[in-house]
Amino acid sequence: MKRFLNPTVAGLPPSGIRKFFDLVATMKDVISLGVGEPDFVTPWTVRESGIFSLEQGQTMYTSNAGILELRQELARYLALTLGLIYNPESEMLVTVGASEAVDLAMRALLSPGDAALVPDPSYVSYAPCAIMTGADVRYVPTRASEQFRLRVEDLAKAYVPEAKLLVLSYPNNPTGAIMTRKDLLPIAEFVRAHDLLVLSDEIYSDLTYEGSHTAFASLPGMWERTLHLSGFSKSYAMTGWRIGYVAGHPDLIQAMTRIHQYTILCAPITAQVAAIEALRSAETAKQEMVAAYDRRRRLLVHGFREMGLSCFEPLGAFYVFPDITATKLSSEEFAEQLLHEEKVAVVPGTAFGPSGEGHIRCSYAYSTEQLEEALKRISRFVWRRL
Amino acid sequence: MLSDHDHRLLKLIQQDCRLTPEELAIQTGLTVENITHKIREWEDQNVIVQYRPLINWERAGDESVSALIDVKVLPQRGYGFDKIARRLQKFPEIKAVYLMSGGYDLSLLIEGRTMQEVALFVAEKLAPLEHIQSTTTHFVLRRYKQDGIELISGDEAPQRLMISP
Repeated sequence: MKRFLNPTVAGLPPSGIRKFFDLVATMKDVISLGVGEPDFVTPWTVRESGIFSLEQGQTMYTSNAGILELRQELARYLALTLGLIYNPESEMLVTVGASEAVDLAMRALLSPGDAALVPDPSYVSYAPCAIMTGADVRYVPTRASEQFRLRVEDLAKAYVPEAKLLVLSYPNNPTGAIMTRKDLLPIAEFVRAHDLLVLSDEIYSDLTYEGSHTAFASLPGMWERTLHLSGFSKSYAMTGWRIGYVAGHPDLIQAMTRIHQYTILCAPITAQVAAIEALRSAETAKQEMVAAYDRRRRLLVHGFREMGLSCFEPLGAFYVFPDITATKLSSEEFAEQLLHEEKVAVVPGTAFGPSGEGHIRCSYAYSTEQLEEALKRISRFVWRRL
Repeated sequence: MLSDHDHRLLKLIQQDCRLTPEELAIQTGLTVENITHKIREWEDQNVIVQYRPLINWERAGDESVSALIDVKVLPQRGYGFDKIARRLQKFPEIKAVYLMSGGYDLSLLIEGRTMQEVALFVAEKLAPLEHIQSTTTHFVLRRYKQDGIELISGDEAPQRLMISP
């Protein structure tokens, strides 16, 4: 039946994560550091409000853009935490996870012949979503020696005149890198000089462990040029609820809302109601989770350095991205052999782009007991190879 | 005023007092010397009063009982409730003494091997004390949550995918 497939879809490479997922599924007693979601359950007050909304019979569609009350709370949150001002009536759209917002943005902006600039390594869905519009993807490499920050020199090298969109995703999955205001300013200058639009996926912004997060849209002249993407999955431990959002210039939001209204109609109402509660009363719970991640982050970085691997200190998200080249194994070999020999699952860095070679992604969204056991097993494995 | 750093460190010790200063240092980014010094200071000042585990006695198979007692007291001139409270806290059967706002004055937590033992303690030792006007005994039937920890959850931990992007 393959002849019926859209050739663009048929040509999409399978996710590097999927391959590994299938392998892990066949094994028992595996400790996995391969998960990209919190180990916490959604704070109870948030779950309770979802349950209550169901009891009240709130089971209908909402407006396409999402419940206005949610957008108003979001506007308040963005203003207070990031200094971003958006009109909740015309400049915000609630989506089914930030993933939907990525897809909508690419479809609303890109056409065949356009190019999108994507940092490498980065989250797995940017490139495929761009490719599905018929656009080309130009990877912008980032390196451990630069703390995996996006440098304007690399951006200039990857740039082609067809480039229309730049993806930014900081704090970054898989590297845990952050970009400070100082790091972002030259990028903003480049964006202005080359008349680019920016899709800034800042879903990990609340998980920043040193200094405060700078939203790209808050830089001078960048509000109009930026689609600010985020969601509730990471900071409120709400992955399964699937609530994300995008804020930006009304022309862009209107175009994205048009696609959303034909394809999705609206994000699920129960999850939207819960998201309102999260913004109103889960701040303390969020801070406690952030504090726990911060402790585990230090534990994991310390553990990798102790075993003799070089590991840059990630200051955001919940991943460490140690350099495993000292073992003389490729990322994939390391991950596969580690799984077979010590039953620890990590994700090869190459699953997130070619510049991930030589690294593995380890999530610290696990209890300290699990992390300590995993570190013990990984160090046994590494010492056999050093 | 307690600093953020100190508050976090105390919380961490409260969650798991078995963590060594070395382990605490790795997780907080503070130095081992700094942490050791802090802990000694808190111990000296009785901020850290004791290190002990939270035991689920019911699960351990222990059948002893506990009760919360509401106590109405006649406050004493010049002493208020302090004198009687200090006297009550000497009884080893009384595990906690709180001064309360509202309909009664003191709340006591009493533990004993049987209901009879607790009831007798209240009737023979507590109620006859001078200045105590009345007592109301509420036996604890089950502990669901204690010190912020759910003792009976019954829910299986939800399963995450082993690998996800």
